Amino acid sequence: MDTRRGALAVPKVRRVGFFTPTEPPPESSQRPNRSQSGPVEATTSSSPLSDSPSGNLISPVLIPPSRHHSDNLTSHAAAPVPVPGPAAFRRYLAHDRSLHIGSYNAPDSLLGTSPPSSNGEFSEDSVSLFGFQRSDSTKLSASFPNGGFDLTLAVRAPQEPETKIATASASEGKKKIAEVSGKSESVTTKPQKEKEPKSLKDKTTKAERRAIQEAQRAAKGEGKRHADESGKANPGMAAKKPQPKKERPPVTSSVSEKTAVAVEKEKRMDVPQTQMQYDDKSRVDKAKRRAVVEQTEIKNKVELFLHLPQYERGNQLPNLSSSFFTLDTIHHAVYKVGLQHLAGDISGDNARCIAMLQAFQEAIKDYTTPPMKDLTMDLTTKINGYVSFLIECRPLSMSMGNAIRFLKNQIRKLPVNLSEPEAKASLCSDIGRFIDEKIILADKVIVQHAVTKIRDGEVLLTYGFSCVVEMILLYAHEIGKKFRIVIVDARPNLEGQKLLRRLVTRGLDCTYTHINAISYIMREATRVFLGASSIFSNGTLYSKVGTACVAMVANAFSVPVIVCCEAYKFHERVLLDSICSNELGDPDAVANIPSFITKAKQSKMMDNNKNLQFLNLMYDSTPSEYISMIVSDYGMIPPTSIPVIVREYRRENLLL
Amino acid sequence: MWRRSPSFILDRTSSSPPMAADTTRTPIQNPDSISAYYQTRAAHHGVITSEWLSQAQAAVGGVVSGDEHPVSSLNELGNEKSFNVIEEFNSWRKQPDLAEAVAAIRALAAVIRASEATTMMELEIELKKASDTLKSWDKTSISLTAGCDLFIRYVTRTSALEYEDFNSAKSRLLERAEKFGEISCKARRIIAMLSQDFIFDGCTILVHGLSRVVLEILKTAAQNNKLFRVLCTEGRPDGTGVLLSSELSKLDIPVKLLLDSAVAYSMDEVDMVFVGADGVVESGGIINMMGTYQIALVAHSMNKPVYVAAESYKFARLYPLDQKDMAPALRPIEFGLKIPTKVEVERSARDYTPPQYLTLLFTDLGVLSPSVVSDELIQLYL
Repeated sequence: MDTRRGALAVPKVRRVGFFTPTEPPPESSQRPNRSQSGPVEATTSSSPLSDSPSGNLISPVLIPPSRHHSDNLTSHAAAPVPVPGPAAFRRYLAHDRSLHIGSYNAPDSLLGTSPPSSNGEFSEDSVSLFGFQRSDSTKLSASFPNGGFDLTLAVRAPQEPETKIATASASEGKKKIAEVSGKSESVTTKPQKEKEPKSLKDKTTKAERRAIQEAQRAAKGEGKRHADESGKANPGMAAKKPQPKKERPPVTSSVSEKTAVAVEKEKRMDVPQTQMQYDDKSRVDKAKRRAVVEQTEIKNKVELFLHLPQYERGNQLPNLSSSFFTLDTIHHAVYKVGLQHLAGDISGDNARCIAMLQAFQEAIKDYTTPPMKDLTMDLTTKINGYVSFLIECRPLSMSMGNAIRFLKNQIRKLPVNLSEPEAKASLCSDIGRFIDEKIILADKVIVQHAVTKIRDGEVLLTYGFSCVVEMILLYAHEIGKKFRIVIVDARPNLEGQKLLRRLVTRGLDCTYTHINAISYIMREATRVFLGASSIFSNGTLYSKVGTACVAMVANAFSVPVIVCCEAYKFHERVLLDSICSNELGDPDAVANIPSFITKAKQSKMMDNNKNLQFLNLMYDSTPSEYISMIVSDYGMIPPTSIPVIVREYRRENLLL
Repeated sequence: MWRRSPSFILDRTSSSPPMAADTTRTPIQNPDSISAYYQTRAAHHGVITSEWLSQAQAAVGGVVSGDEHPVSSLNELGNEKSFNVIEEFNSWRKQPDLAEAVAAIRALAAVIRASEATTMMELEIELKKASDTLKSWDKTSISLTAGCDLFIRYVTRTSALEYEDFNSAKSRLLERAEKFGEISCKARRIIAMLSQDFIFDGCTILVHGLSRVVLEILKTAAQNNKLFRVLCTEGRPDGTGVLLSSELSKLDIPVKLLLDSAVAYSMDEVDMVFVGADGVVESGGIINMMGTYQIALVAHSMNKPVYVAAESYKFARLYPLDQKDMAPALRPIEFGLKIPTKVEVERSARDYTPPQYLTLLFTDLGVLSPSVVSDELIQLYL
């Protein structure tokens, strides 16, 4: 087992993102669950909560934890709904996409399962967009043969709340599996062992890969036979484990029970996905072939960021808008939002998320289930298609990822006996509720909390543009607090100017400066308010590039740094640096300075220089020690409490 | 009740102290400028400055005092009821061994007892009112606020549906309030037992402030025949260190009294710092008697561990960002010499120590790192 894990440590493909080698285990640990539990039980039951550590942590006073901040919410519910303006955080990186991709290729990349036969379209779809991940995941799944999960189970479980469900039943499930896997292993170990040394190498030749595939296919066939023998309880399970990756749409498996499929699907969605690595040529090519949006890569790429998508922007917009009326796979509302993302008309995490959800709402309204198809299945496939289109337009943000995860959960949880119009209405109202409660009301709660930290005579420093921070400042001004604002801005987006304009027109006292002057201006500040794109469970703040700099300087001057972030943006992942997960903006934006008279000439000269690369990073990560406080809709909490919120409420967020 | 508390560490169940209701009550209006919390503490310490006495007397004047038992006096209506909550609270507070939070909960229990509400909702509203008056009466006391919040939290989460009728629910609440006194005592024992592993033979402990929990810890250590030395800061202006050192010398613990300003001077011979807490805030930091912050800073810079002993009912949903970010608790300070009127005097009684300077918190929930405090609070209040 150890040697097999060793193979993971040196994967064939350079893994930069959240490509943790421990990722397969949770999947495999869930496998037993799939065969055992009914579809609904796994997600919705509250039992996982009581099993989780939190259950035992009940307070000294024995008070059962109440639910959300609903008191606060209801008190503000009547207030008018502000439309959050575009926020400072524009683009998100590929790692979020994993969430959505997750539902696409989870079976392929992590389990090596063939998609269930009952929805051929689904599998087709997943292949079409992200089939490229397969070859890689072969290695992953291969290096974790049948029994592998119990070794890594413990490691992974605490990080991934969803897997908790599985762990409970895993122990029982393990026994069953053991029988099955015991048999299949005897057959499959050989090909796997054969393969391991290869996965250690950096490259395998095509011939070698072919050989491996053949071996695996053979092994799979064997495994299937064994599985059939060992009982119907878990058909196809044994078959899946040793299953190799195939470069073409996988053979449909024999699983036809709908319940089993539903549970499995659920699992897939819950597991954090591996991120596409854009420095893997073959996969990128495959992805391109399937893409709706034609993208051209930029010429001089920065070596360190090759794993991120680096496409030229702007040139594909005309093509896309012309095909607006011809494209029938994508709903027009979604298409519109996609184009808006692409063109940068909508920026800011909340705005993008709301726009996307509203587009989905419209798409669901216009949706009709095709004959002979199931609404749950077909709609999920549709949504997956929309999401992948949106990703092509611009990588999703973490918050959008969470929202999509929520939507898919809602679809999955629809009662079977619901009629189509009812189901659609319920989904639409769910989406509306998400927007209201998780974004708009959350912002109001945040404003209420944050305003208590503004005293008269203070100098508040903010960076870039965050709609929550703007709301806080305006509200504090409204209730008559006397304070001054320092707006720190940075090229190339200069979003702070927008904030400056809005605040000045409302009569607030502002100072505007660029980030170059941060160490000078920080002397004056008494509080720093920052927005967030996401906060990870190690407390790392992921936000507009430059935020880390501001936070660090503030820390050096012992100015408290207050981060305002809605709880739906929290993510259970851990982020350590800004490299593995980021988004690259238009490099020309860095190169071109508006005031340059000879701009065209300059950039031409620069473009032709092979030794010159432009890097326009969109985000950076701020370690938690530079953050004094996080204001979220759960109140004011220290950054060390993010995992608690994620652990305690993630499930409920899904339930909502 | 304390499901998660490591009370197993107690070898014997400690009996709750006799809770004879204090009939001689002195209902004082809270003087604006002076923190009632620190007044009571000073009264408990028996160190009463002349200035404080005169102020207290001025405050007492004009308020009618009665001989009624506080509980029976609550059978009144309207505005007087809220007034009585405070009286009740004050009467409980007079007992030196009773923690502030427990006194608050007892006062609220008296409200329940006296309540004529017939539904859970009514009772809830009544309690909420009472706790609001209590809280607004003394905004400086963190454990009062925390205790009220805690109890209200419990009431709102106790659905009357769990019980067959309203009266059983009511008696359940009362029973629970009674238990709080016990808990308060038991918590101290638990903390004392938990902390024993940290006190080793031959160590030198620096203590700041007069904390009942810290005293209990040192007592238990002495009873366990541990050999250790205690350095007490003087604790101006209350002279808490003087009191503590006399208590410790009764127990035959070698003790040395320091000037508050001599902390850095003697820090290199110190092995650990023990402090109590007025309140533990959400960030995991503590609010405690003035001087704690600077001791923690000195200890941190010299790599000495700082241990905080605090019962879990002192956990408060507060999040101060800096020293000025809390309601100031003022107290009179005697300088001995005459001070010109032009000279301003910093009269704040407490400071905030950020979590990064604390090593561990000993609570009845176990030995926690500062970041766990917020987890506990989230589970409690959200």
